[in-house]
Amino acid sequence: MKVTETPPAVPSPRSPVTKKDTPAGEPAKATEGTVLNVFSHGMLVIWAVLVVMPLLWAVMASFKTDDAILSTPWSLPDRLHFENWSRAWTQAHMSDYFLNTILVVGGSLIGTLLLGSMAAYVLARFDFPGNRFIYFLFIGGMSFPIILALVPLFFVMNNMGLLNSVHGLILVYIAYSLPFTVFFLTSFFRTLPTSIAEAAMLDGASHTRTFFQVMLPMAKPGLISVGIFNFLGQWNQYMLPTVLNTDPDGKVLSQGLVELATSQGYKGDWSGLFAGLVMAMLPVLAAYIVFQRQVVAGLTAGALK
Amino acid sequence: MQHGKYRFIVGFLVVPLALYAIFVIWPFVQSIYYSFTDWTGLSPDFKMVGFDNYSRMLDDPIFWKSLQHSVLLVLLLPLVTLGLALFFAFMLNVGGRRRKNATVAGVRGSSFYKIAYFFPQVLSIVIVALLFQFAFNPTSGMLNSTLKAVGLRSLQPDWLGDPNLALYCVMVVLIWSTVGFFVVLFSAGMASIPKDFYEAALLDGADRVTTFFKITLPLLWDTVQSGWVYMGILALGVEAFTAVQVMTVGPGGPDYSTTILPLYVYQTAFRDAQAGYATTIGVGLLIVTMLFAGIVMRLGRRERLEF
Repeated sequence: MKVTETPPAVPSPRSPVTKKDTPAGEPAKATEGTVLNVFSHGMLVIWAVLVVMPLLWAVMASFKTDDAILSTPWSLPDRLHFENWSRAWTQAHMSDYFLNTILVVGGSLIGTLLLGSMAAYVLARFDFPGNRFIYFLFIGGMSFPIILALVPLFFVMNNMGLLNSVHGLILVYIAYSLPFTVFFLTSFFRTLPTSIAEAAMLDGASHTRTFFQVMLPMAKPGLISVGIFNFLGQWNQYMLPTVLNTDPDGKVLSQGLVELATSQGYKGDWSGLFAGLVMAMLPVLAAYIVFQRQVVAGLTAGALK
Repeated sequence: MQHGKYRFIVGFLVVPLALYAIFVIWPFVQSIYYSFTDWTGLSPDFKMVGFDNYSRMLDDPIFWKSLQHSVLLVLLLPLVTLGLALFFAFMLNVGGRRRKNATVAGVRGSSFYKIAYFFPQVLSIVIVALLFQFAFNPTSGMLNSTLKAVGLRSLQPDWLGDPNLALYCVMVVLIWSTVGFFVVLFSAGMASIPKDFYEAALLDGADRVTTFFKITLPLLWDTVQSGWVYMGILALGVEAFTAVQVMTVGPGGPDYSTTILPLYVYQTAFRDAQAGYATTIGVGLLIVTMLFAGIVMRLGRRERLEF
């Protein structure tokens, strides 16, 4: 096949002489397996480079001077310019954006998990008229375009005095996270054994107590998966705050970055912009590396079922 | 006991259901209603105008442009993304050198590739879009300076400033950030296909391309189909909106070359103060989304293979 297209898989030759040797040596033992292996590995390496390069480039740029970014974009920084980072953190308000995001996401994540597991538990374990209707009402919300609801939502929030407030944003985040959370946790609660809950009830525990002290601890793996899914979704949320949270002091991280791109772009402060971008990337990167297995499980769980 | 049970059910459902009804269901219902009014969003007064907004929409050249771009995204994005992801996943799981006692094997370091590929998925699309916006910068971006460095000084495209290229630049960003997710998803699916199937195929003399189309793809079809729906909703939804809104000039430019339906809804409502007409376009978007999901489900219906 296309042996010529696979230089990355071949150990990079320094001189043209070795370069000639490699393709010549290849066809001699070119079973289908080897050629395909070299070709496939080459493609895999190319994509890995394409994914990693822009990110590494941004990290590098965040430590360079503006001149160096524009004139020699691919060179290493002459020294580590940490002042870019402190400029982004204080002058460009990255610290405020971080704080706002932590408040909003913290509140909504706890609310989503609590309310979502309560609704899911009742829907999964109890028979009552309207059970199916409520269930499909919830999961129907997964497939509708949010943008359609956004216009009236703005005015609903306005009338209730919830625009541009942290608690208003938290309530909206929870409401829009419920469909997937309820969908996921309902099927999770159905898989849990009923005997333990029944035993707790026989021992005189109320429904509420059984839920909080027996069922919730048993549902921990499901809560972690859906928690990671919601954390990333809410941390990265851009459209809802753009519409509902326009107060300059209350901006969350994703809005702040766009703001930063505009303002630093005018000033020509590219290094500050990249410092801000990398700063916003770091917590997610760290969480991803530490909880890699759980993150992948949490994010793919919804699509597999 | 019975009494306690119903009190418990109501007590547990009332708060989540109330939040969901107020912030999700109610706005949806309202938006259908508002699409028949001339409401501006600024004043509380409005009147019913029947299907005026709908006939206006059908005569609106920008609506048709947005629709055209959205349909292009819905057709191209899943095709390219899922195609690339299937290829990479197949290489990772089956593409490796055959070792002793193993009929199929993944390439070496496949878990490393999966970790690296998946990473863009956890990043905010805003960060990705801003990063690529600078990469596409015509004077000092990564792309054009690389072209200069390899001697292609005459080839310096305007990328996001070129009406013919801008929408494809946005697509590249969306593909870049989602391929890894599907590589991991498809890898998990491929790992659960019994090895005997591959063994039998190899004994019959099938090569890898045949193996892929006759064994892997049919057995993975359900996952591919749900991935198709997921990618289509992404192309019509928040991610595409965010990428266009953050990256393009205007946003939606140059010369309406990147405007898409969700962006047009947003701009009509919050920039042009025509909330009623915006919800009409939103209903159009809803119809396109439902058509798309229906078509994929219908085309994708196949005999289910149990294994």
